[in-house]
Amino acid sequence: MQSRTFILVTIAVAAAVFAVAQLVSNNYLFFAGYTVLQFVVLATAWNILGGYCGYVNFGSAAFFAVGAYSSVFLHKAYPLPVPALILVAGFIAGIVGFGMGYLTLRLRGSFFAIATLALAVVLQTLVTNWDFVGGSRGAYVIRPNTLDVFGYQIPYIEYLFLQMLVLATIAIATARTIERSRLGYGFATIRDDELAAEAAGVPTLRLKLIATTLSGALMGMAGAPFPYYLGFLQPQSAFALEYAVNSIAMPMIGGTGSWIGPLIGAVLLGTIQQVATVTISSAVNVLIVGVLLVAFVIIAPNGIVGFVQNLMRKGRP
Amino acid sequence: MDFPLELLINAIIAGVLLGGFYIAVTVGISISFGMLDIVNIAHPAFIILGSYLAYIVNSTFGLDPVLVGLLMLPVFYALGAAVYQIYYVSFEKRGQEALRGLAFFFGILFITEVGLILVFGVDYRYVDAPYIGPTLRFAFVDLPYRMLIPCVLSLLMLVVLQAFLSHTYIGRAIKAVSQDQGALALMAANPVAIKRIAFGISIATAALAGAFLVIIQPVEPSVGREYIGRVFAICVLGGLGSLPGTVIAAMLLGVVESITATFYGPSWAPAVAFGFLLLTLAFRPAGILGR
Repeated sequence: MQSRTFILVTIAVAAAVFAVAQLVSNNYLFFAGYTVLQFVVLATAWNILGGYCGYVNFGSAAFFAVGAYSSVFLHKAYPLPVPALILVAGFIAGIVGFGMGYLTLRLRGSFFAIATLALAVVLQTLVTNWDFVGGSRGAYVIRPNTLDVFGYQIPYIEYLFLQMLVLATIAIATARTIERSRLGYGFATIRDDELAAEAAGVPTLRLKLIATTLSGALMGMAGAPFPYYLGFLQPQSAFALEYAVNSIAMPMIGGTGSWIGPLIGAVLLGTIQQVATVTISSAVNVLIVGVLLVAFVIIAPNGIVGFVQNLMRKGRP
Repeated sequence: MDFPLELLINAIIAGVLLGGFYIAVTVGISISFGMLDIVNIAHPAFIILGSYLAYIVNSTFGLDPVLVGLLMLPVFYALGAAVYQIYYVSFEKRGQEALRGLAFFFGILFITEVGLILVFGVDYRYVDAPYIGPTLRFAFVDLPYRMLIPCVLSLLMLVVLQAFLSHTYIGRAIKAVSQDQGALALMAANPVAIKRIAFGISIATAALAGAFLVIIQPVEPSVGREYIGRVFAICVLGGLGSLPGTVIAAMLLGVVESITATFYGPSWAPAVAFGFLLLTLAFRPAGILGR
C-alpha cells in the first residue's frame, strides 16, 4: 500500500470510530475510549525507539508527565487552546528525549534503559518540589463542561476524545512512514547489529537521537490533554508506573516488528484493563498486564503478530 | 547564625551508616549486572520480598530479622538459580536479552510489587528487635543501633563475598566468566552453570538486604522502586563489578543523600542518587574504580 493511501485509510478508520462513538452517545464510552487511544499513542511512540531500534525506554511515564505538566504550567501562566498545548508539550518532551539520548546513547544499550528509569524519578522529585505547578498537593485544572463550536454545544470529553483520536492517527501514520523509509531501514540496522551498521557507515548516533526525540515528543503529546481529562493532576498520577509498564507491555504483546503490533496490543490490553477496572479492581488489572508481559516475552517473543504469521506460514503446504 | 557543625558531623555519620546499608543492597547488582551483564532491574523487588518474609516470620514467631535473613539465604539462592534458568533458556540462548530480557525483569518487578500489594495492602510493615530504638552516644554524635547493626553486617557480608570471589575455585570462575565467557568454555568449565551459581548468590544477598531494610525503616511494597536508581547509581559509579568500588560509591551516595536530607529536606533525597547516575553516565561511565 502506498503511504498516501495508507494515511487516507487510517483517517477514514478514525472517522468511522468517531462516528460510531457518536451513535452510541454514552459519555462513559468517550472516557474509556480516550484512555485506550492514549495508550495507542504511547505504545506506538515506545515502539519507534524500542521496536525499531531495540532500545528499551522505561521512562515513558516521565515523558508523559512532562507533557501533562507543561499543560498545567501553561494553564496557569498563559492559557492556550488544547491543540496548541499538545504542540508545546510535544516540543518540550522532544527536547527532553534529545537530551536524554545525547547523554546516554553513546554507551551500551542497557545504560540507556537504566538512565530512563532514573529520569522518571529525577523529574518526579522536581515536580513534587515545584510549588507553581501544585507540588505534591497537585493542581486543579478547571475545564468547561461543553465547548461552543459554531453555535453547537459539544461535550468537552468528546472534544478531548477527538484530539486523542487525531493524535493516534498521526502516531500510527508516522510509524508506518518510518518503517518504509530510509530512516526505518537505518533503525533496523541498529537493532540487528549496531557495530556492523556503524562500520558500514550508518550514522547510528544521529538516527538514535532522531528516534528518542520523536518517541519522546509523541509521548509528551499524549500527556498534554491529560490534566484536562482528569481535571486534577498530582505527581503520583502523572508519573504512575502504569504508563511505563503499559507502553512496554502493549508493543511486546502485540508485536514489535511493525506499526500494527502496538495498535493491537494497546486496543486489546487497554480494553481488558478498562473492563477489569470496572468489574474487578485496579490493582488486579495492573497485575494482569505484568503477567501477560512476562508470559508473552517467554512464550511468544514476537507477540500476537508474530504468532499469527507463524500459524499462516505453517498452514501453507 | 553560625554554621551548625554538630549537625553536619551527625549528617555525615548518618550518611556513612546509610552507605553501609547501601552496600548490602547493591552487592547483588554488582554481581548480576556488573559481572554477569544481566540487567536485573527486579533486584529491589527481591529485596522487598526479603523484607516481607522477615516481617512475617518476625511477627508470627518473634525470630530476629537478621536470623530470618540468614535462614532465607538458601531459599533465595534457589529462587535466583531458577530465575536465571528461565532467563537463560528464554533470552540469553536466543540472543534476545537486550530487549525482551529487560522487559522480563520489568514484568517480574511489577508482578512482585502488585502481588505484595494484593496480599498485604499498602500499609507500612515493621519488625521488632531489641536493637531497634536504643542509640549509642559519643558526646554529640548519635549512632542508632538500627543503622549501626545493618551497616556492620553489610560490611561483613561484603568481606565474605570478596574473599569468596578471590580465593575459591567457584569465585574465581565467576570472575572469569565476567571477563571472557568463551575462554572459560574452552577451559572445559560450563559458563551457564557458573552464571547460574553467581546469579543465585546475587539474589541470596537480597534476603539479607531485605532484612536490613525492614530493620532500618518500615516497608511497603513500592519502596523498592526508590532503590532501583540507587543500586544502579552505586553500581555504575563504583565501576561495574568492582566490590571495593561499590563500597566507596555506596558511602559517597549515603553521605551526600544524608546531607541533602538534613539541609534541604528529605523530599530532595531521591533525586540525588539519580542525579549521580546521570552525571556518571554522561561523564565517567567507567565509574570510580572501573576497568
